[in-house]
Amino acid sequence: MIAPYKRILILGCSTCTTVCSAGGPKECRELAESLVAGRGDLYVEQDMVPRQCAEKFVARFEGKVRDFEAVLSMACGNGVQVMAKRFPNKPVLPALNTEFIGIEKEPGVWTEMCRACGDCILWRTAGICPVTRCAKGLLNGPCGGSREGRCEVSKDLPCAWQEIYQGLKRLGLTDYLKSGVQIKSWAVHPGRLTKGDEKPKHGLTGVGV
Amino acid sequence: MGFRQALESEEFLVTAEIGPVKGTDVSALLEDVSVLRGRVHAINITDMPSSVMRLGSMAVCHLLTDMAVDPVFQVTCRDRNRLALQSDLLSAWVLGIRNVLALTGDHPALGDHPQARPVFDLDSVSLLQVIGQLNAGFDMAGKGLKGATDFLCGAVVNPGADTEDALDLQIIKMEKKIEAGARFFQTQAIYDLELFERFMKRVKGYRTKILGGVILLKSAGMARFMNKNVAGVHVPDHLIKEMVDAPDKVQKSIEIAARLAKGLKDLCDGVHIMAIGWEKMVPQVISEAGLSEGVQTK
Repeated sequence: MIAPYKRILILGCSTCTTVCSAGGPKECRELAESLVAGRGDLYVEQDMVPRQCAEKFVARFEGKVRDFEAVLSMACGNGVQVMAKRFPNKPVLPALNTEFIGIEKEPGVWTEMCRACGDCILWRTAGICPVTRCAKGLLNGPCGGSREGRCEVSKDLPCAWQEIYQGLKRLGLTDYLKSGVQIKSWAVHPGRLTKGDEKPKHGLTGVGV
Repeated sequence: MGFRQALESEEFLVTAEIGPVKGTDVSALLEDVSVLRGRVHAINITDMPSSVMRLGSMAVCHLLTDMAVDPVFQVTCRDRNRLALQSDLLSAWVLGIRNVLALTGDHPALGDHPQARPVFDLDSVSLLQVIGQLNAGFDMAGKGLKGATDFLCGAVVNPGADTEDALDLQIIKMEKKIEAGARFFQTQAIYDLELFERFMKRVKGYRTKILGGVILLKSAGMARFMNKNVAGVHVPDHLIKEMVDAPDKVQKSIEIAARLAKGLKDLCDGVHIMAIGWEKMVPQVISEAGLSEGVQTK
Protein backbone atom coordinates (compact mmCIF):
# COMPACT_ATOMS: atom_id res chain seq x y z
CA MET A 1 0.00 0.00 0.00
CA ILE A 2 2.73 2.48 0.90
CA ALA A 3 5.43 0.98 -1.33
CA PRO A 4 5.20 3.65 -4.09
CA TYR A 5 5.70 6.59 -1.69
CA LYS A 6 8.81 8.06 -0.05
CA ARG A 7 7.24 10.96 1.89
CA ILE A 8 4.32 9.95 4.06
CA LEU A 9 2.23 11.95 6.53
CA ILE A 10 0.66 9.88 9.29
CA LEU A 11 -2.46 11.55 10.66
CA GLY A 12 -3.99 10.25 13.85
CA CYS A 13 -7.44 11.12 15.12
CA SER A 14 -7.95 12.51 18.62
CA THR A 15 -11.44 11.16 19.16
CA CYS A 16 -12.62 7.58 18.78
CA THR A 17 -9.49 5.84 17.50
CA THR A 18 -7.45 7.50 20.24
CA VAL A 19 -9.90 6.17 22.81
CA CYS A 20 -9.65 2.75 21.19
CA SER A 21 -5.84 2.80 21.42
CA ALA A 22 -5.64 2.44 17.65
CA GLY A 23 -5.01 5.89 16.18
CA GLY A 24 -3.74 8.08 19.01
CA PRO A 25 -0.34 9.80 19.34
CA LYS A 26 1.28 6.67 20.78
CA GLU A 27 0.09 4.41 17.96
CA CYS A 28 1.05 6.99 15.32
CA ARG A 29 4.54 7.22 16.75
CA GLU A 30 4.92 3.45 16.88
CA LEU A 31 3.72 3.12 13.29
CA ALA A 32 6.12 5.85 12.11
CA GLU A 33 9.06 4.19 13.85
CA SER A 34 8.31 0.77 12.46
CA LEU A 35 7.88 2.10 8.90
CA VAL A 36 11.13 4.04 9.00
CA ALA A 37 12.98 1.10 10.54
CA GLY A 38 11.87 -1.07 7.63
CA ARG A 39 12.83 1.35 4.84
CA GLY A 40 15.85 3.63 4.78
CA ASP A 41 14.49 5.83 1.95
CA LEU A 42 11.27 6.72 3.77
CA TYR A 43 10.53 10.12 5.32
CA VAL A 44 7.62 10.09 7.74
CA GLU A 45 5.97 12.81 9.82
CA GLN A 46 3.05 12.48 12.16
CA ASP A 47 0.33 14.76 13.45
CA MET A 48 -3.07 14.57 15.10
CA VAL A 49 -6.39 15.75 13.65
CA PRO A 50 -8.93 16.58 16.39
CA ARG A 51 -11.69 14.78 14.44
CA GLN A 52 -11.04 13.33 11.00
CA CYS A 53 -14.74 12.77 10.29
CA ALA A 54 -15.35 16.53 10.31
CA GLU A 55 -14.18 18.41 7.25
CA LYS A 56 -13.51 21.65 9.14
CA PHE A 57 -10.78 19.95 11.19
CA VAL A 58 -9.34 18.12 8.19
CA ALA A 59 -9.15 21.37 6.18
CA ARG A 60 -6.63 22.80 8.64
CA PHE A 61 -4.05 20.30 7.40
CA GLU A 62 -4.16 21.43 3.78
CA GLY A 63 -0.73 23.11 3.85
CA LYS A 64 0.91 20.18 5.54
CA VAL A 65 -0.62 17.55 3.30
CA ARG A 66 0.76 19.39 0.25
CA ASP A 67 4.33 18.54 1.33
CA PHE A 68 3.77 14.78 1.27
CA GLU A 69 3.21 12.16 -1.42
CA ALA A 70 0.58 10.29 0.58
CA VAL A 71 -1.42 10.48 3.79
CA LEU A 72 -1.67 7.44 6.03
CA SER A 73 -4.80 7.94 8.09
CA MET A 74 -5.09 6.48 11.57
CA ALA A 75 -8.79 7.34 11.72
CA CYS A 76 -11.77 5.03 11.25
CA GLY A 77 -13.21 4.46 7.78
CA ASN A 78 -15.25 7.65 8.11
CA GLY A 79 -12.16 9.74 8.75
CA VAL A 80 -10.26 8.21 5.84
CA GLN A 81 -13.13 9.00 3.49
CA VAL A 82 -13.62 12.58 4.68
CA MET A 83 -9.86 13.11 4.24
CA ALA A 84 -9.92 11.55 0.77
CA LYS A 85 -12.80 13.79 -0.25
CA ARG A 86 -11.06 16.91 1.06
CA PHE A 87 -7.75 16.04 -0.69
CA PRO A 88 -8.91 14.44 -3.96
CA ASN A 89 -5.48 14.65 -5.61
CA LYS A 90 -3.60 12.99 -2.77
CA PRO A 91 -3.58 9.25 -2.03
CA VAL A 92 -5.21 8.85 1.40
CA LEU A 93 -4.49 5.37 2.74
CA PRO A 94 -6.18 3.54 5.62
CA ALA A 95 -3.74 2.49 8.33
CA LEU A 96 -6.49 0.76 10.30
CA ASN A 97 -9.19 -1.80 9.60
CA THR A 98 -12.35 -0.39 11.14
CA GLU A 99 -13.95 -3.42 12.76
CA PHE A 100 -17.18 -2.42 14.47
CA ILE A 101 -19.06 -0.11 16.79
CA GLY A 102 -18.05 -1.57 20.10
CA ILE A 103 -17.29 -1.00 23.70
CA GLU A 104 -14.16 -1.70 25.70
CA LYS A 105 -15.23 -4.64 27.79
CA GLU A 106 -12.00 -4.74 29.74
CA PRO A 107 -8.63 -3.13 29.03
CA GLY A 108 -7.56 -4.29 25.60
CA VAL A 109 -10.78 -6.19 24.79
CA TRP A 110 -13.52 -4.70 22.64
CA THR A 111 -16.84 -6.26 21.73
CA GLU A 112 -19.39 -5.37 19.10
CA MET A 113 -22.70 -4.25 20.58
CA CYS A 114 -24.60 -2.29 17.91
CA ARG A 115 -24.79 -2.51 14.15
CA ALA A 116 -26.54 0.81 13.72
CA CYS A 117 -29.31 -1.08 11.91
CA GLY A 118 -31.87 1.69 12.30
CA ASP A 119 -34.62 -0.55 13.72
CA CYS A 120 -33.95 -0.73 17.46
CA ILE A 121 -35.55 -3.55 19.47
CA LEU A 122 -33.45 -3.28 22.64
CA TRP A 123 -36.61 -2.49 24.63
CA ARG A 124 -37.89 -6.02 24.06
CA THR A 125 -34.57 -7.86 24.38
CA ALA A 126 -33.46 -6.81 27.86
CA GLY A 127 -30.99 -4.30 26.45
CA ILE A 128 -29.02 -6.95 24.53
CA CYS A 129 -28.97 -6.65 20.75
CA PRO A 130 -29.54 -10.00 18.97
CA VAL A 131 -29.06 -8.38 15.56
CA THR A 132 -25.45 -7.73 16.55
CA ARG A 133 -24.63 -10.15 19.35
CA CYS A 134 -26.24 -13.30 17.90
CA ALA A 135 -23.89 -14.47 15.13
CA LYS A 136 -26.93 -15.12 12.93
CA GLY A 137 -28.78 -11.99 13.98
CA LEU A 138 -31.85 -14.06 14.86
CA LEU A 139 -35.00 -12.31 16.04
CA ASN A 140 -37.24 -15.17 17.13
CA GLY A 141 -35.06 -16.93 19.69
CA PRO A 142 -31.83 -18.91 19.53
CA CYS A 143 -30.80 -21.53 17.01
CA GLY A 144 -30.11 -25.00 18.36
CA GLY A 145 -26.37 -24.61 18.14
CA SER A 146 -25.37 -23.28 21.55
CA ARG A 147 -23.34 -25.42 23.93
CA GLU A 148 -23.16 -24.61 27.62
CA GLY A 149 -24.50 -21.15 26.90
CA ARG A 150 -21.85 -20.39 24.29
CA CYS A 151 -22.36 -19.61 20.61
CA GLU A 152 -21.84 -22.30 17.94
CA VAL A 153 -19.45 -19.96 16.15
CA SER A 154 -17.03 -19.48 19.04
CA LYS A 155 -16.70 -20.58 22.65
CA ASP A 156 -15.59 -17.01 23.40
CA LEU A 157 -19.05 -15.70 22.55
CA PRO A 158 -21.98 -16.12 24.91
CA CYS A 159 -25.29 -17.10 23.30
CA ALA A 160 -26.99 -13.70 23.11
CA TRP A 161 -30.42 -15.30 23.33
CA GLN A 162 -29.63 -17.04 26.58
CA GLU A 163 -28.48 -13.69 27.96
CA ILE A 164 -31.65 -12.05 26.67
CA TYR A 165 -33.75 -14.78 28.28
CA GLN A 166 -32.01 -14.33 31.63
CA GLY A 167 -32.50 -10.57 31.39
CA LEU A 168 -36.18 -10.83 30.47
CA LYS A 169 -36.76 -13.29 33.32
CA ARG A 170 -35.21 -10.78 35.75
CA LEU A 171 -37.47 -8.06 34.38
CA GLY A 172 -40.57 -10.25 34.27
CA LEU A 173 -40.89 -9.62 30.53
CA THR A 174 -40.49 -13.09 29.00
CA ASP A 175 -43.79 -12.58 27.18
CA TYR A 176 -41.85 -10.46 24.70
CA LEU A 177 -40.17 -13.67 23.54
CA LYS A 178 -43.47 -15.28 22.71
CA SER A 179 -45.31 -12.41 21.08
CA GLY A 180 -45.55 -12.47 17.32
CA VAL A 181 -43.14 -13.49 14.58
CA GLN A 182 -40.41 -10.88 14.27
CA ILE A 183 -39.15 -9.97 10.80
CA LYS A 184 -36.58 -7.28 10.22
CA SER A 185 -36.95 -4.32 7.90
CA TRP A 186 -33.48 -3.72 6.55
CA ALA A 187 -32.59 -0.11 5.94
CA VAL A 188 -31.17 0.95 2.60
CA HIS A 189 -27.42 1.51 2.60
CA PRO A 190 -25.59 3.84 2.18
CA GLY A 191 -27.63 5.49 4.89
CA ARG A 192 -28.62 9.13 4.91
CA LEU A 193 -30.25 10.86 7.81
CA THR A 194 -31.73 14.33 7.96
CA LYS A 195 -32.93 15.96 11.13
CA GLY A 196 -35.51 18.55 10.18
CA ASP A 197 -34.79 20.95 13.04
CA GLU A 198 -31.07 21.20 12.37
CA LYS A 199 -30.73 20.58 8.69
CA PRO A 200 -27.04 20.61 7.87
CA LYS A 201 -25.55 22.83 5.19
CA HIS A 202 -23.20 20.21 3.74
CA GLY A 203 -24.82 16.90 4.64
CA LEU A 204 -24.18 14.90 7.77
CA THR A 205 -21.11 12.97 8.65
CA GLY A 206 -21.60 9.67 10.43
CA VAL A 207 -20.74 8.50 13.88
CA GLY A 208 -17.22 7.49 14.80
CA VAL A 209 -15.84 4.02 15.48
CA MET B 1 -48.26 -43.70 0.84
CA GLY B 2 -47.06 -40.13 0.83
CA PHE B 3 -45.78 -38.40 3.91
CA ARG B 4 -48.73 -36.07 4.33
CA GLN B 5 -51.25 -38.87 4.01
CA ALA B 6 -49.36 -40.93 6.59
CA LEU B 7 -49.17 -37.94 8.92
CA GLU B 8 -52.86 -37.24 8.59
CA SER B 9 -53.84 -40.89 9.05
CA GLU B 10 -52.07 -40.99 12.42
CA GLU B 11 -49.55 -43.64 11.37
CA PHE B 12 -46.23 -43.96 13.17
CA LEU B 13 -44.02 -42.01 10.82
CA VAL B 14 -40.69 -43.19 9.52
CA THR B 15 -38.38 -40.81 7.67
CA ALA B 16 -34.75 -41.02 6.63
CA GLU B 17 -32.23 -38.48 5.49
CA ILE B 18 -29.77 -38.21 2.65
CA GLY B 19 -27.07 -35.60 2.21
CA PRO B 20 -26.32 -34.68 -1.42
CA VAL B 21 -22.81 -35.23 -2.74
CA LYS B 22 -20.15 -32.60 -3.22
CA GLY B 23 -20.25 -32.71 -6.99
CA THR B 24 -22.56 -33.93 -9.67
CA ASP B 25 -22.24 -37.70 -9.53
CA VAL B 26 -25.58 -38.76 -8.06
CA SER B 27 -25.29 -42.48 -8.81
CA ALA B 28 -24.54 -43.57 -5.22
CA LEU B 29 -27.18 -41.22 -3.89
CA LEU B 30 -29.84 -42.65 -6.19
CA GLU B 31 -28.84 -46.17 -5.14
CA ASP B 32 -29.44 -45.19 -1.52
CA VAL B 33 -32.82 -43.79 -2.51
CA SER B 34 -33.78 -47.09 -4.16
CA VAL B 35 -32.80 -48.97 -1.01
CA LEU B 36 -35.01 -46.71 1.12
CA ARG B 37 -37.88 -46.56 -1.34
CA GLY B 38 -41.00 -48.13 0.12
CA ARG B 39 -39.40 -48.48 3.54
CA VAL B 40 -39.89 -44.90 4.73
CA HIS B 41 -42.67 -42.35 4.38
CA ALA B 42 -40.30 -39.65 3.21
CA ILE B 43 -36.64 -38.87 2.74
CA ASN B 44 -35.23 -35.54 3.89
CA ILE B 45 -32.67 -34.00 1.58
CA THR B 46 -30.31 -31.75 3.50
CA ASP B 47 -29.37 -28.20 2.55
CA MET B 48 -25.57 -28.07 2.85
CA PRO B 49 -25.37 -29.27 6.46
CA SER B 50 -22.55 -27.79 8.56
CA SER B 51 -22.32 -25.13 5.84
CA VAL B 52 -20.28 -27.42 3.58
CA MET B 53 -20.92 -26.61 -0.10
CA ARG B 54 -22.75 -29.45 -1.88
CA LEU B 55 -25.30 -30.27 -4.54
CA GLY B 56 -28.59 -28.52 -3.80
CA SER B 57 -31.53 -29.97 -1.96
CA MET B 58 -34.15 -28.87 -4.49
CA ALA B 59 -32.57 -30.68 -7.44
CA VAL B 60 -32.16 -33.89 -5.45
CA CYS B 61 -35.73 -33.66 -4.11
CA HIS B 62 -36.89 -33.41 -7.70
CA LEU B 63 -34.92 -36.54 -8.63
CA LEU B 64 -36.72 -38.32 -5.76
CA THR B 65 -40.14 -37.31 -7.04
CA ASP B 66 -39.13 -38.82 -10.40
CA MET B 67 -38.55 -42.08 -8.50
CA ALA B 68 -41.95 -41.79 -6.77
CA VAL B 69 -40.30 -41.18 -3.40
CA ASP B 70 -41.72 -38.37 -1.27
CA PRO B 71 -38.96 -35.90 -0.39
CA VAL B 72 -38.76 -33.43 2.47
CA PHE B 73 -37.08 -30.33 1.06
CA GLN B 74 -34.79 -28.92 3.75
CA VAL B 75 -34.50 -25.16 3.43
CA THR B 76 -32.14 -23.07 5.52
CA CYS B 77 -32.04 -19.29 5.86
CA ARG B 78 -28.25 -19.23 5.71
CA ASP B 79 -27.74 -18.44 2.03
CA ARG B 80 -30.89 -16.84 0.65
CA ASN B 81 -32.75 -13.65 1.43
CA ARG B 82 -36.54 -13.48 1.49
CA LEU B 83 -36.79 -13.01 -2.27
CA ALA B 84 -34.70 -16.09 -3.06
CA LEU B 85 -36.39 -18.22 -0.39
CA GLN B 86 -39.87 -17.47 -1.68
CA SER B 87 -38.84 -17.96 -5.28
CA ASP B 88 -37.14 -21.28 -4.48
CA LEU B 89 -40.25 -22.45 -2.64
CA LEU B 90 -42.40 -21.67 -5.69
CA SER B 91 -39.85 -23.48 -7.86
CA ALA B 92 -39.88 -26.50 -5.57
CA TRP B 93 -43.66 -26.67 -5.72
CA VAL B 94 -43.61 -26.59 -9.52
CA LEU B 95 -41.06 -29.42 -9.47
CA GLY B 96 -43.44 -31.62 -7.48
CA ILE B 97 -41.97 -31.12 -4.00
CA ARG B 98 -44.69 -31.12 -1.34
CA ASN B 99 -42.95 -31.17 2.08
CA VAL B 100 -40.61 -28.54 3.49
CA LEU B 101 -38.47 -28.55 6.60
CA ALA B 102 -37.72 -24.96 7.61
CA LEU B 103 -34.38 -24.43 9.34
CA THR B 104 -32.29 -21.48 10.36
CA GLY B 105 -29.10 -23.21 9.23
CA ASP B 106 -25.59 -23.44 10.56
CA HIS B 107 -23.32 -20.41 10.47
CA PRO B 108 -21.02 -20.36 7.40
CA ALA B 109 -18.04 -19.97 9.75
CA LEU B 110 -18.46 -23.68 10.64
CA GLY B 111 -18.15 -24.89 7.07
CA ASP B 112 -15.69 -25.13 4.21
CA HIS B 113 -16.28 -21.57 2.96
CA PRO B 114 -15.90 -19.72 6.26
CA GLN B 115 -15.45 -16.34 4.55
CA ALA B 116 -18.96 -16.52 3.07
CA ARG B 117 -21.42 -13.79 3.97
CA PRO B 118 -24.14 -15.18 6.23
CA VAL B 119 -27.63 -14.12 5.14
CA PHE B 120 -30.22 -15.02 7.82
CA ASP B 121 -32.63 -12.42 6.45
CA LEU B 122 -35.39 -14.69 7.84
CA ASP B 123 -35.10 -17.42 10.43
CA SER B 124 -36.83 -20.77 10.90
CA VAL B 125 -39.89 -19.17 12.52
CA SER B 126 -40.41 -16.38 10.01
CA LEU B 127 -39.72 -18.80 7.14
CA LEU B 128 -42.55 -21.02 8.38
CA GLN B 129 -44.85 -18.03 8.48
CA VAL B 130 -43.87 -17.11 4.93
CA ILE B 131 -44.57 -20.65 3.69
CA GLY B 132 -48.00 -20.36 5.30
CA GLN B 133 -48.57 -17.18 3.31
CA LEU B 134 -47.47 -18.83 0.06
CA ASN B 135 -49.87 -21.66 0.87
CA ALA B 136 -52.61 -19.06 1.30
CA GLY B 137 -51.80 -17.59 -2.11
CA PHE B 138 -49.83 -14.51 -1.09
CA ASP B 139 -46.20 -13.57 -0.92
CA MET B 140 -44.52 -11.83 2.01
CA ALA B 141 -45.37 -8.45 0.56
CA GLY B 142 -49.04 -9.42 0.46
CA LYS B 143 -49.13 -9.69 -3.33
CA GLY B 144 -51.39 -12.39 -4.72
CA LEU B 145 -49.86 -15.44 -6.41
CA LYS B 146 -51.08 -16.88 -9.66
CA GLY B 147 -51.20 -20.42 -8.33
CA ALA B 148 -50.44 -21.02 -4.66
CA THR B 149 -48.39 -23.71 -2.96
CA ASP B 150 -49.76 -26.22 -0.48
CA PHE B 151 -46.67 -27.37 1.39
CA LEU B 152 -46.69 -29.53 4.46
CA CYS B 153 -44.30 -27.66 6.75
CA GLY B 154 -42.05 -29.02 9.42
CA ALA B 155 -39.34 -27.77 11.70
CA VAL B 156 -36.70 -29.01 14.10
CA VAL B 157 -36.28 -28.93 17.84
CA ASN B 158 -33.35 -29.87 20.05
CA PRO B 159 -34.77 -31.77 23.05
CA GLY B 160 -31.30 -32.29 24.50
CA ALA B 161 -30.46 -28.58 24.87
CA ASP B 162 -27.83 -28.69 27.59
CA THR B 163 -28.83 -25.88 29.94
CA GLU B 164 -32.22 -25.24 31.49
CA ASP B 165 -32.41 -21.84 29.80
CA ALA B 166 -31.49 -23.35 26.43
CA LEU B 167 -34.25 -25.95 26.79
CA ASP B 168 -36.82 -23.33 27.87
CA LEU B 169 -35.88 -21.32 24.80
CA GLN B 170 -36.13 -24.38 22.53
CA ILE B 171 -39.65 -24.97 23.80
CA ILE B 172 -40.71 -21.32 23.49
CA LYS B 173 -39.39 -21.37 19.93
CA MET B 174 -41.14 -24.66 19.25
CA GLU B 175 -44.44 -23.06 20.29
CA LYS B 176 -43.75 -20.17 17.92
CA LYS B 177 -42.99 -22.63 15.12
CA ILE B 178 -46.25 -24.49 15.70
CA GLU B 179 -48.12 -21.21 15.67
CA ALA B 180 -46.33 -20.33 12.42
CA GLY B 181 -47.48 -23.58 10.80
CA ALA B 182 -45.10 -26.42 11.70
CA ARG B 183 -47.17 -29.61 11.37
CA PHE B 184 -44.26 -31.88 12.28
CA PHE B 185 -40.95 -31.74 14.11
CA GLN B 186 -37.86 -33.81 13.49
CA THR B 187 -35.62 -33.73 16.53
CA GLN B 188 -31.88 -33.72 17.06
CA ALA B 189 -30.48 -37.22 17.70
CA ILE B 190 -31.74 -38.90 20.85
CA TYR B 191 -29.63 -41.42 22.76
CA ASP B 192 -31.19 -41.08 26.18
CA LEU B 193 -34.84 -42.13 26.07
CA GLU B 194 -35.52 -41.10 29.68
CA LEU B 195 -34.34 -37.57 28.97
CA PHE B 196 -36.48 -37.50 25.84
CA GLU B 197 -39.48 -38.73 27.77
CA ARG B 198 -39.12 -35.76 30.10
CA PHE B 199 -39.02 -33.46 27.08
CA MET B 200 -42.15 -35.11 25.65
CA LYS B 201 -43.97 -34.50 28.94
CA ARG B 202 -43.16 -30.80 28.67
CA VAL B 203 -44.60 -30.57 25.15
CA LYS B 204 -47.60 -32.83 25.81
CA GLY B 205 -50.72 -31.67 24.01
CA TYR B 206 -48.88 -29.60 21.39
CA ARG B 207 -50.80 -29.81 18.13
CA THR B 208 -48.01 -31.22 15.97
CA LYS B 209 -46.26 -34.50 15.22
CA ILE B 210 -42.88 -35.24 16.75
CA LEU B 211 -40.43 -37.56 15.01
CA GLY B 212 -37.58 -38.52 17.30
CA GLY B 213 -34.14 -38.34 15.70
CA VAL B 214 -31.87 -41.36 15.51
CA ILE B 215 -28.30 -41.08 14.22
CA LEU B 216 -26.51 -44.37 13.50
CA LEU B 217 -23.43 -44.56 15.69
CA LYS B 218 -20.61 -45.70 13.42
CA SER B 219 -17.96 -45.99 16.11
CA ALA B 220 -17.12 -45.09 19.68
CA GLY B 221 -14.95 -42.31 18.25
CA MET B 222 -17.93 -40.81 16.45
CA ALA B 223 -19.93 -40.90 19.67
CA ARG B 224 -17.19 -39.09 21.56
CA PHE B 225 -16.85 -36.57 18.75
CA MET B 226 -20.59 -35.80 18.84
CA ASN B 227 -20.54 -35.47 22.63
CA LYS B 228 -17.80 -32.91 22.30
CA ASN B 229 -18.94 -31.03 19.20
CA VAL B 230 -22.64 -31.44 18.43
CA ALA B 231 -25.02 -29.25 20.39
CA GLY B 232 -27.69 -31.15 22.26
CA VAL B 233 -26.33 -34.62 21.49
CA HIS B 234 -25.22 -36.75 24.38
CA VAL B 235 -24.30 -40.39 23.85
CA PRO B 236 -24.28 -42.06 27.28
CA ASP B 237 -21.14 -43.94 28.34
CA HIS B 238 -22.88 -47.34 28.30
CA LEU B 239 -23.63 -46.97 24.58
CA ILE B 240 -20.03 -45.96 23.88
CA LYS B 241 -18.89 -49.04 25.79
CA GLU B 242 -21.22 -51.25 23.76
CA MET B 243 -19.63 -49.91 20.58
CA VAL B 244 -16.10 -50.44 21.92
CA ASP B 245 -16.84 -54.02 22.97
CA ALA B 246 -18.71 -55.05 19.83
CA PRO B 247 -16.81 -57.34 17.43
CA ASP B 248 -19.13 -56.32 14.55
CA LYS B 249 -19.49 -52.52 14.69
CA VAL B 250 -22.01 -52.31 11.87
CA GLN B 251 -24.29 -54.88 13.45
CA LYS B 252 -24.00 -53.18 16.83
CA SER B 253 -24.74 -49.81 15.27
CA ILE B 254 -27.92 -51.18 13.68
CA GLU B 255 -28.90 -52.87 16.93
CA ILE B 256 -28.53 -49.67 18.98
CA ALA B 257 -30.42 -47.59 16.41
CA ALA B 258 -33.22 -50.17 16.25
CA ARG B 259 -33.45 -50.25 20.03
CA LEU B 260 -33.74 -46.46 20.17
CA ALA B 261 -36.31 -46.40 17.34
CA LYS B 262 -38.37 -49.05 19.10
CA GLY B 263 -38.25 -47.05 22.33
CA LEU B 264 -39.34 -43.92 20.50
CA LYS B 265 -42.41 -45.71 19.21
CA ASP B 266 -43.92 -45.53 22.68
CA LEU B 267 -42.94 -41.91 23.24
CA CYS B 268 -43.69 -39.90 20.11
CA ASP B 269 -45.26 -39.91 16.64
CA GLY B 270 -42.43 -41.10 14.48
CA VAL B 271 -38.76 -41.65 13.97
CA HIS B 272 -36.32 -39.78 11.74
CA ILE B 273 -33.28 -41.93 10.95
CA MET B 274 -30.09 -40.16 9.99
CA ALA B 275 -27.58 -42.71 8.72
CA ILE B 276 -24.87 -40.26 7.54
CA GLY B 277 -23.54 -42.45 4.74
CA TRP B 278 -24.89 -45.75 6.04
CA GLU B 279 -28.27 -45.38 4.35
CA LYS B 280 -28.15 -49.00 3.19
CA MET B 281 -28.40 -50.10 6.84
CA VAL B 282 -31.63 -48.19 7.42
CA PRO B 283 -34.05 -50.92 6.21
CA GLN B 284 -32.48 -53.30 8.72
CA VAL B 285 -32.89 -50.72 11.51
CA ILE B 286 -36.54 -50.37 10.54
CA SER B 287 -37.10 -54.14 10.49
CA GLU B 288 -35.30 -54.78 13.77
CA ALA B 289 -37.28 -51.98 15.41
CA GLY B 290 -40.49 -53.61 14.19
CA LEU B 291 -41.58 -50.52 12.28
CA SER B 292 -41.83 -51.93 8.76
CA GLU B 293 -45.50 -52.80 8.99
CA GLY B 294 -46.32 -49.11 9.08
CA VAL B 295 -44.80 -48.25 5.74
CA GLN B 296 -46.14 -49.62 2.51
CA THR B 297 -44.54 -49.79 -0.87
CA LYS B 298 -46.19 -47.52 -3.40
